[in-house]
Amino acid sequence: MYAFTFHRPQTLRQAANLLTKNDEAKLLAGGHTLLPTMKLRLAGPPQIVDLSLVEGLAGIEQSGRSITIGAMTRHNDVSNSPVVQQAIPALAKLAGMIGDPAVRHMGTIGGSIANNDPNADYPAACLGLGAIIITNKRRIKADDFFTGMFSTALEPAEIITKVSFPIPKKAAYQKFRNQASRFALVGVFVSKRGSEIRVAVTGAGANGVFRVPSFEEALKKRFSPKSLEGMSIPADGMNSDIHGSAEYRAHLVGVLARRAVAEAIGK
Amino acid sequence: MSVTGIGAAVRRKEDRRFITGKGHYTDDINRPGQTFACFIRSPHAHAKIKNIDVSAASRLPGVAGIFTGAQFAEDKLGSLICGWTVLSKDGSPMKMAPHPALAAGKANCVGDAVAVVLAETLAQAKDAAERVVVDYEPLPAVVDPAKAAAAGAPLIHDVAPNNTIYNWHLGDAEATNAALKNARHVTTLEFINNRLVPNAMEPRAALAEYDAASGSLTLWNATQNPHVARLVISAFVGVAPENKLRVIAPDVGGGFGSKIFIYPEEVVCLWAARKLGRPVKWTAERSESFITDAHGRDHVTKAQMAFDGDGRITALKVHTTANLGAYMSTFSSAVPTFLYATLLSGQYEIPHIYCEVDAVYTNTVPVDAYRGAGRPEATFVVERLVEVGARELGVDPATLRQKNFVKTFPYQTSVASLYDAGDYQASLQKALELHDYKGFARRKRDSERNGKLRGIGFATYIEACGVAPSALVGQLGAGVGLWESAEVRVNPTGSVEVLTGCHQHGQGHETTFAQLVADRLGLSIDQVNILHGDTDIVQFGMGTYGSRSGAVGMSAIVRALDKVEAKAKKIAAHLLEAAEGDIVFKDGKFTVAGTDKSAAWGEVALGAYVAHKFPTSEIEPGLKESAFYDPTNFTFPAGCHICEVEIDPETGDTQVVGWTAVDDFGTVINPMIVEGQVHGGVAQGVGQALLEHTVYDDKGQLVTGSYMDYAMPRADNLPSLQVDTTVTKCPTNPLGIKGCGEAGAIAAPAAVMNAITNALGTELIDMPATPATVWATLQKTHTLPRAA
Ligand SMILES: Cc1cc2nc3c(=O)[nH]c(=O)nc-3n(C[C@H](O)[C@H](O)[C@H](O)COP(=O)(O)OP(=O)(O)OC[C@H]3O[C@@H](n4cnc5c(N)ncnc54)[C@H](O)[C@@H]3O)c2cc1C
Repeated sequence: MYAFTFHRPQTLRQAANLLTKNDEAKLLAGGHTLLPTMKLRLAGPPQIVDLSLVEGLAGIEQSGRSITIGAMTRHNDVSNSPVVQQAIPALAKLAGMIGDPAVRHMGTIGGSIANNDPNADYPAACLGLGAIIITNKRRIKADDFFTGMFSTALEPAEIITKVSFPIPKKAAYQKFRNQASRFALVGVFVSKRGSEIRVAVTGAGANGVFRVPSFEEALKKRFSPKSLEGMSIPADGMNSDIHGSAEYRAHLVGVLARRAVAEAIGK
Repeated sequence: MSVTGIGAAVRRKEDRRFITGKGHYTDDINRPGQTFACFIRSPHAHAKIKNIDVSAASRLPGVAGIFTGAQFAEDKLGSLICGWTVLSKDGSPMKMAPHPALAAGKANCVGDAVAVVLAETLAQAKDAAERVVVDYEPLPAVVDPAKAAAAGAPLIHDVAPNNTIYNWHLGDAEATNAALKNARHVTTLEFINNRLVPNAMEPRAALAEYDAASGSLTLWNATQNPHVARLVISAFVGVAPENKLRVIAPDVGGGFGSKIFIYPEEVVCLWAARKLGRPVKWTAERSESFITDAHGRDHVTKAQMAFDGDGRITALKVHTTANLGAYMSTFSSAVPTFLYATLLSGQYEIPHIYCEVDAVYTNTVPVDAYRGAGRPEATFVVERLVEVGARELGVDPATLRQKNFVKTFPYQTSVASLYDAGDYQASLQKALELHDYKGFARRKRDSERNGKLRGIGFATYIEACGVAPSALVGQLGAGVGLWESAEVRVNPTGSVEVLTGCHQHGQGHETTFAQLVADRLGLSIDQVNILHGDTDIVQFGMGTYGSRSGAVGMSAIVRALDKVEAKAKKIAAHLLEAAEGDIVFKDGKFTVAGTDKSAAWGEVALGAYVAHKFPTSEIEPGLKESAFYDPTNFTFPAGCHICEVEIDPETGDTQVVGWTAVDDFGTVINPMIVEGQVHGGVAQGVGQALLEHTVYDDKGQLVTGSYMDYAMPRADNLPSLQVDTTVTKCPTNPLGIKGCGEAGAIAAPAAVMNAITNALGTELIDMPATPATVWATLQKTHTLPRAA
């Protein structure tokens, strides 16, 4: 690790000011992505702005037809929340599938989304549920938020404060783990809310999380795994590495989408 | 059997300190004034080192010194060595290239250390290391062992034309070829035994201190054999004479072989500590472990097994190319030769065997012994061939094995090993029953109903532990003997210290060795302390690896105990005023046969030290005896493992759903520890078969250099294991012990791959059978619904 100055602001405004004043400053949430890269000396931010003392960034609330989760809410709290388990069980289950207990007790939803790792789980839930990402400046639709691998619509000095998830009628997440990292080699989140169907894929795409319009169209006719029978997506644009070829990943998207729909309708 | 005696499942004495964080590892030790070392390592797999500029780095705060390979060379220190000489077919010795602790002139693999920075803090050492400018001229690299000897491959060491270290062979080529020609059926397989990264939980570490007053050096080192480390570092590298070098191996957190070897880092720490006059400490980071700990396996093999019309194996012919990496590590030469080819008869009577092994250098991390060392590779060859042979002949794989088992002992194999005792049929039979082999067809149908493929596979393995006797290993080229030493030191109050030349780094010696001594002397295990791992405290010993500590190390303790008992009886005779021949020692009491006169163990111990009641002209005071035990043969643990897998054909995901292990380890000292050893071994073997993939790219960069890409087995990769034993005692050692530390890792890869290929209906798949590999194999073989 390189030396850095450590700031612990108490308010969001202080945190934002620190970021504005120091272009190279980095926010610290659970630290489970940032700290390993710093330890490996792959990142060396001169200023760290720790969010852990900022009031009001953690917590889960249900209001009407959505659930709002504070940016600093740990994966473990989402996975064990009775509110989430009741309203969007697929989201609670997804949070419980992230990493291991140590990771889930530190890692946060805000950190995960801001980082937008192409193999992370939460981006699939955000896109698959049509979430709204709320920052200290604005509200951003998930469809506009994830702009490519490790990149988001966040501007400098913009801080995620909450994520709001509309409650779907049906939803499920299927994750096929990379055996080494246990991140998603491919993960598919499906949901149905009224006439809105979403199929979001993480892990597979060379540009990070994406939706599959052809699957969504097919599922609009009937929300059943049968609707996706024989369907797959092209291998172009898929990741290819020692853990799986582009063809394999494209194939898994089809398999996992069918399984997710089956799970969502309770089959 | 007493509650803590031989055969009792005593809880490990050492675990309290380990699980409460009170273990004391090398990195926990700090010496006044110590500096921290950061190694500068080649980022290239093969490169000329044209210049190293340390000027900017030297001026940074906290820097105490920077040393390069050129300076190491100027100090005329010796090279690291491979201590086992293997001869080629033509009688020429293996081509051992120099291995300086800091490379000078040329770096031969990614991670090769070219310089070291020493600073007040680790962060300062790292900061300075970033400012050392090394001017490399990258050279073409070769990483694939199958290509290393080919014309035009880049030459790594001048002493080894074609990058070839040796072309070795064992067995009768002519008879084997004839048998292959006359065979009714020949099964042929080609496969890769995948390279593994050892991944001990505690990374390697060294702390060196120079005492100018006495001119001596102390090295705290995460090593499996402190005495051998001292010997090599003093006699070959020449950092200090043996009597001026103390090596201490405190608690060591796992080794699996990787901490047997003498590495550059400890040598550099010692050398630099003397140069600076200050202690030097180094602890590997995990990323460093990946590119500096000696890797395991890495064989490319073609093998043929011949059968007669009756299903009897008539011959086995094997050709293996073994990748030894950029340098010959300490025991690397022996692993693919004497620890491999000598076990190619498996549990079977095979009249003719011929094995050729070509060992090559490549621009990769050195390869050496890793849990099983040669024996997993041999088992993989034999057990895959037998299983596939059975499939091709249309015979049940268990039946084919039974037909070919060695049934009478001793049995002289055609590859030098002399099997002393065993009952292979018994372990197979017990495993078949425990596993409900008969129920497999039903379970397979159930899986099919759920869209899954199910497969079953066997491995009836044999291994050799306690490699010995010393005269034999000497003839075979070993630079050391493989006996073990023990000293039993009885205190005046009767408690006991045992000094052993073995070293524990996960095996539980503090418990099992104490069980042996307590049982013999009628003490509680808390009255027995096991001391090991310090060359100033313990007499010379050979360390722990190759499942030798039970068979060899405990035998040495038995011999020392025999002497203690003999002397104690003499003393007891005087105390009890009886003839020595009438003294009986049992349950911690000396009695005069046929009388009720007795003396407790403690009284005799005290009697020995006060020396009031016996003539010291005849019997020396005190009660302390030592022994050096040299076995007369290897021991041959064997057993039967059955693995059952279920494969999801849509994703290629393979789950191990059933595992039965019935092993014959001879006498079992502590069944709980033995079961744990089997569990760990099986986990490692399953890891090799399903998960662990060491991938280098063409340029020699390690692609799988962290846990993000290198998959280790975890608890949820395994089912609940059914572990049992059968017992035939080893006839050559006093306790009848065979050894258990590696069995699981030896049997498992073959069992898993036999099960997977059984499920898939094709043999064309290499380890690790990752989901992507299994799925791709299924796509090729068209036996299943293709990609939707
Ligand atoms: C061993 C291991 C296994 C893992 N397995 C998984 C897995 O299976 N699936 C998965 O999805 N993830 C996995 N992760 C990642 C884990 O979920 C991380 O915690 C998460 O990706 C980042 O969250 P964090 O709170 O730790 O963020 P940090 O590491 O603290 O920050 C990450 C980045 O986000 C920025 N940031 C943090 N908070 C905010 C905010 N509120 N607004 C704007 N920017 C912010 C930081 O500046 C930094 O750039 C794993 C991590 C580890 C170490």
